[in-house]
Order: sequence, then structure tokens, then C-alpha cells
Amino acid sequence: MQELVPTPARASPSTEYVNTRLRAAARTGFPFVVVGAAWEAVAHAELFPPRLFPPLETVAVVLARLTANGILLHHAAETVLRLVAGFALAAIVGVALGIVMGRSRHAEDIALPLVSIGAPIPGLAYAPLFLLWFGTGNLTTVLLVAFVSAFPIVFNTWTGVKAVKNVWVRSAQAMGADRTRLFRLVILPGALPYVLTGLRLGLAQAWRILVGVEMLAAVPWGLGWLIFGAREFLATDVMLAGIVVIAVIGLALEKLVFRRLEEFTVVRWGMMA
Amino acid sequence: MSDTSDRTRSLVRAAATLLVAAAAYEITARSGLFPPALLPTLPAIAQALVSTTLDGSMPLHALHTLYRVAAGLALAVAIGLPLGILMGRWAAVENFVLPLASALMPIPSLAWVPVFILWFGLGDTVSILIVFYAALFPMLLNAWSGVRAVNPLWLRAAAAMGADERALFWKVIVPGASPFIIAGLRQALLRAFVAVIGAEMIAASDWGLGWVIFDAKEFLNADVMLAALIVIGAIGFALERLAFGALERATVVRWGMVQAVKD
Repeated sequence: MQELVPTPARASPSTEYVNTRLRAAARTGFPFVVVGAAWEAVAHAELFPPRLFPPLETVAVVLARLTANGILLHHAAETVLRLVAGFALAAIVGVALGIVMGRSRHAEDIALPLVSIGAPIPGLAYAPLFLLWFGTGNLTTVLLVAFVSAFPIVFNTWTGVKAVKNVWVRSAQAMGADRTRLFRLVILPGALPYVLTGLRLGLAQAWRILVGVEMLAAVPWGLGWLIFGAREFLATDVMLAGIVVIAVIGLALEKLVFRRLEEFTVVRWGMMA
Repeated sequence: MSDTSDRTRSLVRAAATLLVAAAAYEITARSGLFPPALLPTLPAIAQALVSTTLDGSMPLHALHTLYRVAAGLALAVAIGLPLGILMGRWAAVENFVLPLASALMPIPSLAWVPVFILWFGLGDTVSILIVFYAALFPMLLNAWSGVRAVNPLWLRAAAAMGADERALFWKVIVPGASPFIIAGLRQALLRAFVAVIGAEMIAASDWGLGWVIFDAKEFLNADVMLAALIVIGAIGFALERLAFGALERATVVRWGMVQAVKD
């Protein structure tokens, strides 16, 4: 609305842009300031022991100390590595299985009952079983993360392949596309919005369970273990610092990885607005 | 080919697949390649399921788990639903809550378990709060999007026909947002169920299906673990299919907001 009102001393477009950005940042920051102030008030009032409810500056100091000596980075790197390994495994197997299920009636009949039975069981429920079978450590963690995040990927890929319009397939065939071209140029792009949704859901699911698995699987490094281990020493500040890092990684996954991927593929191809 | 014969063929094949999978499992379990403690045979699992059901322990564990899910979910709905609706109606609320929600949402609920254990001790409180945390965001965000997705034309039409704020809310906004709200509930329930199992494993109490599985690991009771997994799967399936199917038919499908899913 404001642009419509001509002002005599009009600020240059760039400062105006900066101003709107600043205002948006202030609006986003305001709730955090309020909550932070409330936290500080409660922490300094010492209603609870400071060991259990540390003020924010303590958390910040711990965060800075653990970052400076590289411990936090090591934990975070191991966690991200497990996430990437598990998710990559799930993506490869899940997309392949989903495509096969979507293209072949036989494969669908065989795989769908198994997938539908496995899907409604919460991933962590498998954790002790995997621990029993594969021992504690990285193998179990990666396999479990892969197993759990594969379900949404399979389901969505399957739906996506089935949702490719028959008219597209037939017209491509009429124009002489062979199987590989049909697959690469019609089915894959047509199914891609669904596949990406599946990958996104899979990654979110992998992320949600990974921290829990790290607590159970007794891995030597990892953010989940950092938080869980800190419990022994009543080190709430370390836990909260770990949670901050987890939040940052989670946000980065959502905003950086998937937004970008979507912009580069389906949005550019005009499959999605 | 007719639709029904197509469906029966699929059903027959599904049953055949499951039978083959079960047989393959049974052969592997009996082959002696793996210790039977790790890979129990199907009769052993069935027996574990029956004996724990008959002595009443498995139903009691399931009840504890369901109680925690119900309590956490009720809390999440009681807070998330009104807050989401307020966010959809007032920009000030949206501006305040949305940044906080987007910052907290990517934190897996299980990351809070150790903190909550320190704050509240072991027991029901931790599990219920974890369920609450897991279920809150889907509820909140879906209620918010639902209210925003209500067709403004309906609002203006209702206002033109003299609806006051209350009638507008109950007769237009709530039914209009209901498909989203129900989708949110469903998502919240699924998340809650995942979270409760994890919370029960980590914040080991004495009861709950998650605890059974984790406890059975200590004694290498793979049969009990698998029996508990079956119970968990059955509950998840029942909640998803029966509870929500019925809820949807009673509300949004009847109001003509969405088409009934045929299955």
C-alpha cells in the first residue's frame, strides 16, 4: 500500500529494500527476544537449580567452548555423515523399488503388502531388533535410518510413476520413443514432483529418528549421544547447546537442500509453481 | 477385465506374497544359520504373543502406551488447534508464533528426552511431554493453513447474509478448515506414536510397548520383541484405518468437503 502514496523525499530503492528486509528480520527476531527474556528471568530467579535450568549466557559459553575445541564439530559431522549415508541408501533403494512397483503389476502385487505392513510401525521400534542383529555402532544406525526413511520414498515414487498421465506415455510411444527414452524423458520428469516429496519426507523421517537411534546405539560420537551422555553429568547446558546445533542442521536441511533442489528441477520444468 | 476380479487377483497375490515371505523367514530361522535367540521361529513368536497376552502383561503395556499417546495428543490438540486458528485469523499471532514454530519444528522430539528426564524425572511426564512436542507442530501448522485456506468468498457471502462473528466461526471457518485439521490430527497421531515408542525406550519406565522391546533386548528375547512389534503395528494400523476413517466419514466426507477414499 505504501508504494502508492507519493512521498516528497523518497528514499532510494536500495535503502527501501534494506528497510523492508530489516523490518522483516525484526519481526522474526521479536518472538525470540521475548522468549529469551522470559527464559533469562526464570533462570536468574533461581526457581530451579541453575544446573538444570542454565541461563542463556551459560549455554552460549558452552556452545562457544565446544565449537572452539572442535568437539561439537566432530559430533555434528558424525551425525550428518550417518544421516547422509542412511538417506542415500534409502533414496537409491526406495526410488528404484518405487519405480519398479509403479511400472510392473507383478512387482506391485509382491512388494506392496510387505511395504504396507512395515510402514505403520514406528521406526524406533525396530531399533532393539537391529541392535540385536547387527550389534551396536554405525552399521545399525545407518541401516535403521535407511530402513525407516525408505518407506515414504517407496510410497511416493510408486504413486508418482502411477500418476504419470497415460496420454503422455502413449503420445511419446506414438512419436517413436523407445523404452529408455520414454523412461528418461516422460516417466522420470512426470513422477519427479512425487519423488521429491517422498525424498523430503524420507529425509525428515530419517532426521527425526537418527538422534534417537544415536542415543540407543551407543555410538562414540554424534549429537544424539552428546545430549544423552550429558545427562550423566547433569550438564543441561551441554544438552541445550547440542539441541541448538540440531535445530540449525534441521533448518539447513529443510531450507537449503530441498528448496534448492526443487527450484532447479520441477519448478524449472514447469511441473510445480 | 472387471474391477472385482482385478481386486481379488491383487488380494490373492498379496496373500501369496505374505505366505512366501513367512515361509522364507521360517526356513531361515530353522536353518540354524543364525542363533534362534536372535531369529526366533514364527511359532515361537506366536507363542510369546499368546502367553504375554494371556498373562495380561502385553495388554497392560499397550494400555500404558495408549494412555501416554492420548494424554500427549490431547494436550497438543488443546494448545495447537486454538493457537493455529488464532494464527490464521490474526496476523499478530502469526507473526509471533510462526518464527518460534519454524525454529523448534526441525528439532526431533527425541532430542528433548534427556533434557526432560533431568527436568521431570523418569516416568509418564517425560513420555507425555515428548508426545506433546511431536504432535503439536503438525496440529498447529495444519490448523493455521486450514483457516487460511477457507475460501474468502464464503466468508464474505456468510457476512453478507448477516452471520455474526460466532456463526462465521462455527458455521464457515471450522467446517472449511476441517479437512486440514483432520489431516493435522492424523499426522499428529502418527508422530505421537513414533515419539512415544522412542521416549519409552530412552526414558525407561516399567510399562509401555517401547519399554518391552528395549527390555527384551537385554535378555535376548527376540520373540518378545517381535511379538511387541506385531502389537505396535496392529495398533498403528487400527488407529490409522479405523479411527480416522470413521472420523472422516462422520465429518468432512459428510459435509462434502472431500471425496470418500474407496478402498
